[in-house]
Amino acid sequence: MAGNITLEVVTPEKVVVSEEVQIAVAPGSLGEFGVLIGHTTFLTTLKTGTIHYTDADGDERYIFVSGGFAEALPDKLTVLAESAERRRDIDTRRAEVAMERAQKRLESEDEDIDFVRAKAALERAIHRLKLAETRK
Amino acid sequence: MATLKEVKTKIGAVKKTKQITKAMNMVAASRLRGAQTNMEGFRHYAEKFAEVLGGLSGRAGEETSPLLLPHEEVIKKHIILCTSDRGLCGGFNAHLISKADSFIKEAGEDVEFSFTNFGKKGRDWCRKKQIPIRSEHIEVIGTVIKFNIASTAGKGLIDGFLNGEYDEVVIVYSEFISMGRQIPVIKQLLPIPPMESDEDETEDQDKPYLAEHICEPSPDELLGELLPRSVYVQLYSALLETSTSEHSARMMAMDNASKACDDMIDNLTLAYNKARQASITAELMDIVGGAEALKG
Repeated sequence: MAGNITLEVVTPEKVVVSEEVQIAVAPGSLGEFGVLIGHTTFLTTLKTGTIHYTDADGDERYIFVSGGFAEALPDKLTVLAESAERRRDIDTRRAEVAMERAQKRLESEDEDIDFVRAKAALERAIHRLKLAETRK
Repeated sequence: MATLKEVKTKIGAVKKTKQITKAMNMVAASRLRGAQTNMEGFRHYAEKFAEVLGGLSGRAGEETSPLLLPHEEVIKKHIILCTSDRGLCGGFNAHLISKADSFIKEAGEDVEFSFTNFGKKGRDWCRKKQIPIRSEHIEVIGTVIKFNIASTAGKGLIDGFLNGEYDEVVIVYSEFISMGRQIPVIKQLLPIPPMESDEDETEDQDKPYLAEHICEPSPDELLGELLPRSVYVQLYSALLETSTSEHSARMMAMDNASKACDDMIDNLTLAYNKARQASITAELMDIVGGAEALKG
């Protein structure tokens, strides 16, 4: 079926993407899923990872997301995420610093460290860096 | 009567004060614009979030999350007090603090209170009153606020609520209604109050339409994931509102101060002219008197 859907990626700070796309693929917590026009209504939480989509002109685009959930409607995919940025906007320096900090925390013997948080931070940093590496 | 020189110095001083208040007014105006943009950006997220959560809570079973359950005895209450870091914004902080104060007084003697402070003014007040402060966040309100500040603070609050450090969490913040109106509001954050109260309008439309959603994982699990986040969302929106209110309150206060300066300058100029005229008249009288005497 031909036709575009609207992809909207929103964080508390701003609207990251709002445009017509041919297909969007998002990392659901129980597995990756793709959304084309006419998708059934669907609500899921998202893992830290990458949304990739093909825009109206046929170009591949990538967005990093973490801490979010997605709602698919037949003509629209809305992603609400705690943080999201386009691949070209990823700050590699910041991600590297975050990764080092998280690693240090995980290695330390200190009892007060929140391991879950440190691990999540590490995961975010790794995903960001991985995605940034694919930049041309 | 003041001498000419004194009045002149006074006028100069008032003029300089006016320059300062005017500059502060303009700074506040431009920050206010920034804060309003942030608020609008967030509104989009908040609306969508409320829509999804509203629809979902209708579907999930009752008592799915401990965050919704009130504790049996409410002895320890926790107040999140949002104020500004700086003064010179009229009654802004005083209003917020008195709101919190009257909440404490209403609760009676047997309730213990602790605080989380956003903003220096509220913290200083707590220190003076010697109320325990669990955590304080300075240099947040009035700046560009990141969401992770709200989520980190929110997580701490939820943990505290779950392990019984306190039985109820309320937030005191300033709601931004318009440039000229910001009212202090008190709202319960934990246990999460039932949805109906603030979602009346949207819920009717959403329920039937969300009912067909396939949910992954199950609606209950989704709700469990989203409820803590709804606390962060509320906290974040309170921070944004307070921040916007602070700037607009400061703008108004500085505007009034500038006007008061204008009035004062007018009055002083009048006094100055009168004093000048009086001295001229006195001199003339002298000369005339002298001439008359010579004629004599």
